[in-house]
Amino acid sequence: MSVDVKLEDVWVRFGSFTAVKNANVTIRGGEFFSFLGPSGCGKTTLLRCISGFQEPTDGKILFDGKNMAGIGPNKRPTALIFQNLALFPLMSVADNIAFGLEVRGIGKAQRRKKADELLDLIALPGQGDKKVGELSGGQKQRVAIARALAVEPEILLLDEPLSALDLKLRQHMRTELREIQKRVGITFIYITHDQGEALTMSDRVAVMSEGVIEQVADSVTLYDRPEKPFVASFVGENNDFRGRVTSVSEGYAEVETSEGLFRGRVSEGNRDALSGSGPASIFVRPEALKIAGTATEASNAFEANLLQEEFEGNMRHLVLESKGGQRLRMTLVNDGHVLDYGPGSTVPVVFNPELAIVLPQEA
Amino acid sequence: MKSAQFLRVVLGAYIVLFFAYLFGPLILMSITAFNSSEFPRVTPWDCFSTDWFNVLVEDKRIMTGLRNSIIIGFGVVCLSVPIGLAAAMMLTQVGRRMKSFFYTVVVSPILVPGVVLGISTLIFWDRLGTMFDASYNSVFYNGIFLSILGQSTFVSAYCMLVFTARLQRFDPVQEEAALDLGATNAQAFVKILLPFLKPAIGSAAVMAFLASFENYNTTIFTIVSESTLTTVLASKVRFGINPSISALAVIIVVLTLICAIIHEAMKRQEARRAQAAKDERVVADYASVGRFATSPWGIVLLVFLAGLGTIWLATRYDTASCKMRLQDERQLRLEQSTPSTPAVTPGAATPGTTTPSTTTPTTTPSGSEPAAKPYQGIFAPQNLDQVAPKDEGEAAPAGEGKSDGESKPYQGIFAPQNLDNVAPKSD
Repeated sequence: MSVDVKLEDVWVRFGSFTAVKNANVTIRGGEFFSFLGPSGCGKTTLLRCISGFQEPTDGKILFDGKNMAGIGPNKRPTALIFQNLALFPLMSVADNIAFGLEVRGIGKAQRRKKADELLDLIALPGQGDKKVGELSGGQKQRVAIARALAVEPEILLLDEPLSALDLKLRQHMRTELREIQKRVGITFIYITHDQGEALTMSDRVAVMSEGVIEQVADSVTLYDRPEKPFVASFVGENNDFRGRVTSVSEGYAEVETSEGLFRGRVSEGNRDALSGSGPASIFVRPEALKIAGTATEASNAFEANLLQEEFEGNMRHLVLESKGGQRLRMTLVNDGHVLDYGPGSTVPVVFNPELAIVLPQEA
Repeated sequence: MKSAQFLRVVLGAYIVLFFAYLFGPLILMSITAFNSSEFPRVTPWDCFSTDWFNVLVEDKRIMTGLRNSIIIGFGVVCLSVPIGLAAAMMLTQVGRRMKSFFYTVVVSPILVPGVVLGISTLIFWDRLGTMFDASYNSVFYNGIFLSILGQSTFVSAYCMLVFTARLQRFDPVQEEAALDLGATNAQAFVKILLPFLKPAIGSAAVMAFLASFENYNTTIFTIVSESTLTTVLASKVRFGINPSISALAVIIVVLTLICAIIHEAMKRQEARRAQAAKDERVVADYASVGRFATSPWGIVLLVFLAGLGTIWLATRYDTASCKMRLQDERQLRLEQSTPSTPAVTPGAATPGTTTPSTTTPTTTPSGSEPAAKPYQGIFAPQNLDQVAPKDEGEAAPAGEGKSDGESKPYQGIFAPQNLDNVAPKSD
């Protein structure tokens, strides 16, 4: 039913511009896999390579071990949901859904039956005779999914399909997409620049930057154990203390920053890169920063000036400025305590080395 | 306040003038088609008559020309629309520099004078024909074939412009979507692009047909020994016209009007349906008279009824007796001025004779039995034989000359001495 997709050393160049640099990733069958990155990072190009609209300049794309080079989009077991959906405006909803069957020469009655089944699946029963223009944004979205599913693809590719929807609908569609994926059990490859979408829906996420796949991992690992500075700063919020590595010991490293000597975790993969006192960053999440006295682990401590407080109900966001002039963000859970510090006062800050990540920086 | 009023008056006057300028000639020409006078004119008004339609239908040259024009028109449509479409699609695919070059190439026939296109087409195919030693009956010298080719050179450029305008609004992702869903390139073209282009294909076809139908400067060369409607009309204008051309104009104007009305009605109906669908109101009350009257079929019915009414009115009006009266009056006047003129009326009763009464063909026969056939015997089959001979041959123009009987309008039609005056003009 579902198919493994393997990208081997894939390069895509447009003239002098390189859109994808040496992409290597294996997407497992039946997985909800996302490519996450800012716009222009090459994720759509990669998707077009998988769907067959773009031939990679170099490298191979394998479906279940079979090289897809030279096989057109209409011959691949993929279906793509386009960013603007690309529904056929001149056809009815049912005709849109059944288009893939029509071009395969399947009879009208059977097409209609399949379209009705899919309309039930996407919770639009009996709307097959409507024109596409009469549907709302969310309904169009679902019709596009049904149209792609009608051809029973083994891989469904989704190119930022939710970006045109409003916030409420987007959140609703996330849940719905995930449910549809579980129901049909095929591989979903999802492209987005919205980390919320990627983290909530995906089994695994590939973070891309400037054509390079930086890290492939599940959502929790991406957030808690980023392997690259880009991932650390792109996924979620992070405070970035820059400095030089002073020592590396098993699992931990110490970094000399302008705020003092900080200790943080080091992953296996980055250990070699960090040895030799190169430039490094220590990343601390806003929620990992604590006010001294409220937390016990005080091995990493420094002082900062409170600039501003944003109260969000369940959370308090503090904007701090360190002695070295760096802006920091701290997030405190509102547990009923009154904040002892007002704007302008100096706040003693601590954080747990367990929750700090040391990553090598390019020189 | 006053200046605003003044402005409105000026604007109103301008609009009236503008419409008079646009439609005045058409209306005048339409009226002349119903005047029994042999020269297309409104004043002096002789008799209400529908004879000119008869004359038109009987005019073999016009009919052959019309037939050729229609054949060429269809040929041009069949050739230009696909070429224009292909060119437009090409334009959307090639790179920018290639694009401007290609565009110039395709559009250049529009900029080249039609005369040049016509002559060059003729010469080119004549050279080819000579090369292959072809006879004059071969396709190289076939006027219809050459005209289709010659006109298509620039008509396909028009078509391309229509198609590019439409294609610019096409979302190429739609085609990708079709391919992605498993369609072949051909299927994506037929099922996605063609339906999208359908309105453009329709308008390009209509435009191509009209451009071909009305073309003169290219056709006059490429048509070789044949004729089209335009070339026939042009030669007629040179050698004297009669109101049968007005009759033709009336028919064309009426057809155009009917098509326009139906098109407009269909468009409104479509809009109404879309509106109804949007409001989610069921279109149940379709039985209302107003709705039917504005639906395409209702309008066709109305037009049909109007046509029937006109014919009925025409049958009620006795053109023959009117003409008789007029003729009597003239004869009276004629006899007063030239007493020696013999009465021609009996001569006209015998159809075969080349009585110089071309343009008043039906007048004379019915004149002998005025009461019997009120509608002037248009629908009487035996009349066809009587009319036919008068139209063909250059006996016809003899009639035209009569209009120049100095200052006297109908004057001296039957005066044999006038024939001499007329002769040089006809042919």
